[in-house]
Amino acid sequence: MTKRSPPGPLEYLRRWPIRLWLAGVGIFLYAPLVALMAFSFNDSRRNIVWKGFTLKYYEKAFNNDGLIEAFANSLTIAAVSTVLSVVLGAMVALALWRFRFPGKTVVDGGLALPIVVPEICMGVGMLVFFAKVLPWPQGMIWPLNLGAIIIAHVTFSFPFVAVVVRARMASFNRELEEAARDLGAGEFRTIKDVILPHMTPSLVAGALLAFTLSLDDFVITFFTAGPDTVTFPVKVYSMVRFSVTPEVNAASTILIVLTVILTAVALKLQGDPAATAGAHGGEKA
Amino acid sequence: MEQSWKKAKAVFAAALGPPLVWLVVFFVAPMAIVWAYSFGHNVGLTEISFTGTIANYARALEPLYLKIFVKSAWVAALTTALCLVIGFPVALAITFASQKAKTWLLLLVMLPFWTNLLIRTYALIAVLRTEGYINQGYEWIWTLASKIAPLGAFQPLELLHNNFAVILGLVYVHLPFMVLPLYSALDRLDKSLLEASLDLGAGHLRTLFRIVVPLALPGIASGILITFIPALGAYLTPDLLGGPDSQMIANVIERQFKRANDWPFGAALSFLLMYLTFIAIAVQALLSRGKKKEGVG
Repeated sequence: MTKRSPPGPLEYLRRWPIRLWLAGVGIFLYAPLVALMAFSFNDSRRNIVWKGFTLKYYEKAFNNDGLIEAFANSLTIAAVSTVLSVVLGAMVALALWRFRFPGKTVVDGGLALPIVVPEICMGVGMLVFFAKVLPWPQGMIWPLNLGAIIIAHVTFSFPFVAVVVRARMASFNRELEEAARDLGAGEFRTIKDVILPHMTPSLVAGALLAFTLSLDDFVITFFTAGPDTVTFPVKVYSMVRFSVTPEVNAASTILIVLTVILTAVALKLQGDPAATAGAHGGEKA
Repeated sequence: MEQSWKKAKAVFAAALGPPLVWLVVFFVAPMAIVWAYSFGHNVGLTEISFTGTIANYARALEPLYLKIFVKSAWVAALTTALCLVIGFPVALAITFASQKAKTWLLLLVMLPFWTNLLIRTYALIAVLRTEGYINQGYEWIWTLASKIAPLGAFQPLELLHNNFAVILGLVYVHLPFMVLPLYSALDRLDKSLLEASLDLGAGHLRTLFRIVVPLALPGIASGILITFIPALGAYLTPDLLGGPDSQMIANVIERQFKRANDWPFGAALSFLLMYLTFIAIAVQALLSRGKKKEGVG
């Protein structure tokens, strides 16, 4: 197609009103983030005027022990809760895919609950649970002091992993499993050599989803965290309440870059986002 | 065909047991306790007795709190409507883009969605606050304009800590929630129907409202639901961007638990919010079921 051919009837992307609209939405979504990142390098505390390039706010952020500790906490929580979520999510997905059993619809519905229940309600539940039923011992050594937050994160992450894995298992040919059994493979062998290889892409996708969900969570952590277990979002929240500082910009920029890298990895592993975006929209429901 | 659980009881128990126990202990039990609290009342500072009272619910329906419920629903509805209006052309453009452009556009929509909510809210604060980017740009233009004609002293725009900022923030945060399900619904449309409509002389707008919207209705409905539910329970956006009069339910709940120390009342409010969420889901499910029956019949 040459550039001069008029746009086809359905090529909305080549029509100027739609292009203008897209550009507007793009600016709306990205201008605040780009400004935030750009001004983390600006050598001036409060002015919009560009005063020159500097890394001093990064230096400050790196020397802020509270911020670094919160960042390390967040990454630790995300890593541990991802591993647990993937294991639990894969197990429940496997059970629901393979078996017929009484009460299956109840399990199915129960598994959807942590996904649909408003965050604040689940946060309240966690606050009450860890205050009254299972008081998490104070002053435990790191990383055991993060246990309560990890439990909370696994609880809202593993149902998402289960959704992703189940969607993948729907395309599995059950005859392969039967063939493996016919050929003499035991339960363990069948799962390890036949089912797991088919599941792997969804495990990776589920893990990345769980990791981002954990890193992103503020509300539920806010209700679960004690004074000595501050995560990155909780720390940024307390900093933002007082003032807007380039230091927060710098720390945020680091997290944004980390997110972009993770998303890029996820897309590389999953292939074309056009093929998976639909499923993704559904997951969040 | 699924296997009966009786054929491999050990595998069944090993696979379903741990996740189920986790779900019951760390989700169902906490929610059940909150539910029980909603029928109790405070005795002393930390003790709560379960008396089966409905006083907490009665208090939640007093005008003061009812107003906040209505306001939250209204704010969430307005956010959803704005997301739909803003997001629909975007989803439409992505649907009919070339494969390569589609990949990039979807990536651009999904990236903010993956970015930390707190960071996005903070970015908006930096744009909107009194000495934020918008006001600084406005002041700069004002100063330039003053050189031509005297305009008087510069008055910064009050963009932050009001209802406008809350709606803007909610739309900013939830736009991808709307675009992705819309796109996945539009992408499944039979494009020849649209071409037929255009060929037969209907204009683009007419094709849009008579063909595209009815066919994509289930996707639109799920987009509305996926946007409305988190917007209704939003805590962070009204907390950081709102003023004293822009509180939503979640802020009131948080206050009961963290500051007012009235857990039974907070529990009742939480469950009312949860029931509202379930009602929204049920309405959507009923509507989509009705649509399906219509389609079959």
